[in-house]
Amino acid sequence: MDVVLLSRLQFAFTIMFHYIFPPLAIGLGVILAYLETRYYLTKKPIFAIASQFWTKIFVLNFGIGVASGIVMEFQFGTNWATYSRFVGDVFGSALAAEGIFAFFLESGFLAIVAFGREKVSRGLYLFSMYMVAMGSVFSSIWIVVANSWQQTPAGHHIVDILRPVTLPDGSIEMVPWIVDGVIQRRAEIVDFWVMVFNPSTVQRLSHVLLGCAAVGGFFVLSISAYYILNDKHREFARHSFNGALLFSLAASLGLAISGHTQAQDVYRNQPAKLAAFEGHYTTGRAALNLIGWPNAREERIDYEISLPGGLSFMVFDDLTFSKPVVGLDRFKPEDRPPTLIPFFSWRLMVGFGGLMIGLCALGLYFNRKEQLSRKRPLLWAFVFAIGFVMVANQSGWIAAEVGRQPWTVHPPVLWNESGTDLVTASGGLYQYDEKLGLRTDKSFSAAVSVEEAKTSLILFMILYAALAAVWIMVLDRKIRTGPEPLPATAEVGASGVLQAATDRQHARLNETESDQGGVS
Amino acid sequence: MSPEILSVIWFVILNVLLIGYAILDGFDLGVGILHPFVAKSDMERRLVMNSIGPLWDGNEVWLVTFGGALFAMFPNAYASIFSAFYLPFVLLLFALIFRAVSLEFRSKRSSQSWRNFWDILFFIGSTLAAFLFGVAVGAVMQGLELSELGDYQGTLLDMLSGFSMSVGLFTVSLLAMHGAIYLYLKTEGELQHRLVAWMKGTYYLFLALFVIVTFWSVLFVPASLQHFGEYPILWLVPALNILAIANIPRAIAKEKPFYAFFSSCCTIAALVFLFSAAIFPDLLPAVNNTAFSITIYNAASSVLTQKIGLIIVAIGMPMVLSYTILIYWTFRGKVTLTDSSY
Repeated sequence: MDVVLLSRLQFAFTIMFHYIFPPLAIGLGVILAYLETRYYLTKKPIFAIASQFWTKIFVLNFGIGVASGIVMEFQFGTNWATYSRFVGDVFGSALAAEGIFAFFLESGFLAIVAFGREKVSRGLYLFSMYMVAMGSVFSSIWIVVANSWQQTPAGHHIVDILRPVTLPDGSIEMVPWIVDGVIQRRAEIVDFWVMVFNPSTVQRLSHVLLGCAAVGGFFVLSISAYYILNDKHREFARHSFNGALLFSLAASLGLAISGHTQAQDVYRNQPAKLAAFEGHYTTGRAALNLIGWPNAREERIDYEISLPGGLSFMVFDDLTFSKPVVGLDRFKPEDRPPTLIPFFSWRLMVGFGGLMIGLCALGLYFNRKEQLSRKRPLLWAFVFAIGFVMVANQSGWIAAEVGRQPWTVHPPVLWNESGTDLVTASGGLYQYDEKLGLRTDKSFSAAVSVEEAKTSLILFMILYAALAAVWIMVLDRKIRTGPEPLPATAEVGASGVLQAATDRQHARLNETESDQGGVS
Repeated sequence: MSPEILSVIWFVILNVLLIGYAILDGFDLGVGILHPFVAKSDMERRLVMNSIGPLWDGNEVWLVTFGGALFAMFPNAYASIFSAFYLPFVLLLFALIFRAVSLEFRSKRSSQSWRNFWDILFFIGSTLAAFLFGVAVGAVMQGLELSELGDYQGTLLDMLSGFSMSVGLFTVSLLAMHGAIYLYLKTEGELQHRLVAWMKGTYYLFLALFVIVTFWSVLFVPASLQHFGEYPILWLVPALNILAIANIPRAIAKEKPFYAFFSSCCTIAALVFLFSAAIFPDLLPAVNNTAFSITIYNAASSVLTQKIGLIIVAIGMPMVLSYTILIYWTFRGKVTLTDSSY
């Protein structure tokens, strides 16, 4: 194994481990903000109890998310030095903005959310909850901006790096920097907002956020379904389940819609990637493969069951099912992404996405008929669904990132005037402008040896496996303990409203807000 | 603004971020280094951990932002430094992970062996992180062997010199002292009383290593004083540093711990400044060929990126400072244990 492959494996492994936590934080953050708002307005203890229970789990996840997140920031430099030099001018600002705008916000206010309930006023506590939720969303915005720029770069230009050279007459001139005969180039920013709103940012960000919402929703569903099955914490479980069910259904439906339009965008910006998703080798009318096994050598799908013209319909919303779709045969072998991984991870994501909608619909149906608590297999399905939602999130990312290969920075794609085919060179093959992109096998760190890369990869695997085990153990215990009654200080009054009325500073204010909350 | 001035401004901002990190997470790491020694009972250990409980996470963000800013403003330096210190930085990440998860997990079970395990990991993580920061600083001061593109040519053993290891130990002692003073401020009763001896002990250890590292760098690391001849005003910093160091035992003896803490903050700031002054204008000096050194000029991003960065800082920093103050104000005073504590 070479350093490139080891570094890719390490990046994939560490980012996949890390990506267990941000979606939980973002999804739960929104749910917590909602619960705290309800509590602030109604002062019903059930909302405080629920919020405190989820906050404890949220904080636990957040801690590991932070710890594994800093690894990602370091890795661009440790393992992908050449890439970092090439993109730093563009990519770095998004990362720095993430640090200043998002991380400080969430980590600061997380302190109040986690430790400060008794130390600050109710208003400030609610505000802090909003800030934490907002901070985690902010951070996803900047990181998706940076990642989208790699897929569909915009707002920059590629320039020769200039270095000063002293001429014979003693004057200094800036000339292109050439090392071993290679002109050194990098991406430099031209327009910040064009970079931020590059062609794929909005689509990808909405899909990512909906995915996070689904994770948050299904996480709550899983635990509340477990309580319903064991007849524990009845009221809490019922309320949580009902709320999360609607939330998850909305997120799942949103994912289907945004996924569809996003795939159409992928075709326009990275046709080779979409062809890899679909195992579409030959340019022309394209079938939608429902099942099959991509055979890269023979350039066809084995054991396929497919819908003729289905992909033509999906890509163009073409009701004639016949428009030609550019396939992998337009690309040179060295410019093609691998097909096996994108093909299957793409199907995994879409398949689980469909199941998510179906499961939520079933849940809603039986919930309305008030038969849910008797449908034990369905409830068990809800308990385990979170695992599949996580897998769907992960496989979506795998498809997106493996489908981007062989590039770390994808060069632009030129279409002919009618937009029906690529502008091809001789032989009908598309010629990428190498200068405008960066290949993965040229992005690695020259300073790192195979031994070092191997050592770190193995250490990360051991550490993260141990961490995952402890995390699940602690999480399991928290779930078994379940929501606890409010701490003694808050229990002085028998009812939540009475207790709130005696609240130190905001007694009057609270009463009026409570009235309003009662009306709405 | 000319590219040179922008690069210098960013060098200064990076220093501010680094000083912020060293002071703030410095006491977190120091608390971790002392944790198994100063706290006798489980209650005391919880107090020690919770003294930094709400703060460590935000403090670590200074490092993350420093890394992001280095990446954005001096991508070549970020790439060369991080890939050169490959294994040390991987270990550093592990150390920071150990620290984070020990805080998170320790209180989740009450068994003695469970808690002991996380106590040890908390100590190892904090100590290792402090040590590796010091090693990296020492190695950068000495310079590394670089290729023309800036890729490190040597091996791990080359950078583990006597000097870089001494700076590593020095950093551990410095942060232990800093953490001891911080803990003294945050605790009361018997635990606080016990910390007086720890403050003094770590101070003298720090002082001894300070003398060694100072002589070592002045005599054998040529970069240390390279700009002092040109700009004699720089002598003010070591002079103030010595005053601050001298003030620490004085303030402890007078039972004015806040002054001692302030002095140790100043000491850390001065040491980071001296480190930066030693390498300026390099970010990573090349020992084999000075033309290959990574400087703040040849590693800089484009003028536009540096300006965008300044706008981000101008908008972001006041916000960061306001909620940093809010958090420190909320959690001011002696640490107490509540239901939400670790």
